[in-house]
Amino acid sequence: MNDILQFFIEYREAIFIIILSIFLGIEVISHVPSVLHTPLMSGANAIHGVVIIGAIIVMGHATNVLSMALGFIAVILGTLNVVGGFVVTDRMLEMFRKKKKQQ
Amino acid sequence: METIVTLTKNFDYSGYISILEISYLLASVLFILGLKKLGHPETARSGNLWAATGMGLAILFTILFHKTRLDDGTFEGIHNIGWIVSALIIGSIIGWFAAKKVKMTAMPQMVSLFNGMGGACAALISLMEFPKMQNHLAGQQVTTMLNGEALAILLGLTIGGVSFAGSMIAFGKLDERIGDFKSPVLRYINLSFLFILLAFVLFIMFKTPVSGENWMIYTLAGLALIYGVTFVMPIGGADMPVVISLLNSFTGVAAAMGGFLYSNQAMLTGGILVGSSGTILTILMCKAMNRSLLNVIIGNFGGSAAGSAEIGDKTVKEISLSDAAALLSYSQKVLVVPGYGLAVAQAQHLCHELENLLASKGVELKYGIHPVAGRMPGHMNVLLAEADVSYDKLQEMEDANNEMNNTDVVIVVGANDVVNPAAEDDPGSPIYGMPVIKAWEAKNTIIMKRSMAKGYAAIENNLFFLPKSRMLFGDAKATLQKLISEIKNF
Repeated sequence: MNDILQFFIEYREAIFIIILSIFLGIEVISHVPSVLHTPLMSGANAIHGVVIIGAIIVMGHATNVLSMALGFIAVILGTLNVVGGFVVTDRMLEMFRKKKKQQ
Repeated sequence: METIVTLTKNFDYSGYISILEISYLLASVLFILGLKKLGHPETARSGNLWAATGMGLAILFTILFHKTRLDDGTFEGIHNIGWIVSALIIGSIIGWFAAKKVKMTAMPQMVSLFNGMGGACAALISLMEFPKMQNHLAGQQVTTMLNGEALAILLGLTIGGVSFAGSMIAFGKLDERIGDFKSPVLRYINLSFLFILLAFVLFIMFKTPVSGENWMIYTLAGLALIYGVTFVMPIGGADMPVVISLLNSFTGVAAAMGGFLYSNQAMLTGGILVGSSGTILTILMCKAMNRSLLNVIIGNFGGSAAGSAEIGDKTVKEISLSDAAALLSYSQKVLVVPGYGLAVAQAQHLCHELENLLASKGVELKYGIHPVAGRMPGHMNVLLAEADVSYDKLQEMEDANNEMNNTDVVIVVGANDVVNPAAEDDPGSPIYGMPVIKAWEAKNTIIMKRSMAKGYAAIENNLFFLPKSRMLFGDAKATLQKLISEIKNF
């Protein structure tokens, strides 16, 4: 029990952010028309590409060849996620906008 | 970039870190606002741009200002910037071209592929951080890995690995490279794998003493990859959108684990935001199909439940192309109900051609879009928009149903379960209660189908046997092409 309390105190900021972000995520997404589910999923997909920051940090402190190589791959994969994700979403939404003009 | 570096030369390390934290705060706000705007049709495109701006900001400022505190109390900035920037450029070029070149119909598998990349990235980070942490803890004479950082590394690897392997399988299924592999045994294998995976995470954390054994982390990575494969394998190809949405939220959580590890607020908020919104999105998608998430994951939809209405040896009536052409030419209101088959056959452009042709004969053609038609919710709208079908021709399911009594002909193109009357009148059917397009209320129904094969729900569709229904067998694209030339000659 003491360990759990200590864990909470040690990481309280992160735990606060996690809990509040969960509620925020639910609140932001609820009541979205089903037409937008696909672009929304794709947009969210691009946002979790933020993991690339971790890859940059690892790569930035890599010292041996193995971690350099793995870091290099990680940064490329993360960039694919970010750039590909945002561009695909934009292409999908472009279609929607075209429809609106003709309306 | 030069000016930013010179401007901040006089700052001490805490100054750098403050700038970095402020940029992360801004990025998080942009993520939240972007996601919020993505939920409304008018603002969606700018929402995507906002989120992308936040991402660019976070990446740039991390490279410029990130500092790690070393064991001796000094700070160290990012090295290998040349390598990082070249990796960023390579990734951007590949990602940009892949996203620009992909066909609109292949959009779902592209999203799955990108999602897998994110998961792999998260897993690789953990793979590299684990030996570092192990050496660090061993050097400090710590007995076990019972701490938040170790948990974050192990969970990041597990979730990221599952997400990567699962996304690759989902990609293969959507691209029709991998078939469905259904077996009730797999369900138990899956459960035991999940158990082994979690038990192994605990084993690593409680193991004493902490020593430089890296085999554990590689074994965990292998287990996570295998579980990712067996997790997605038994789920039907048509359920992949739900699976991708779920794996999407997994990757979000894996990214958040990285944020926890580095105390990085941008990663933490971004990751958790995607994790929770992705979960809600998954549930919304399940709801649109009138199913529970568990039902999708176990993957036993249809199959065993044959439905109470026994079909027996009823026969369907076919319609010839010339009869179909005559019927359409003398109609006033025609409704096309597009489905998954239309997307596969890439027949959306031909639909639009048919629409124009009939319009020249004074026949009004509209499209009735079921919320889950196509491969993903909203996918059909995107496909038809690509074929220049105007927005006011697309009818939501409710509107289409309201006008059904005045509709002369309904053409069902490659759709099946979304027009199944069993959803309305057969309580024993697995899809009972699912909202459907009531094609049977129209005066005539023409069903374009490749064969009498069942839809993904694997249940019989009584619509085909109704007196007003006529079948037009063949590939959707080829049949539409022939129908169009038949109407032209009519």
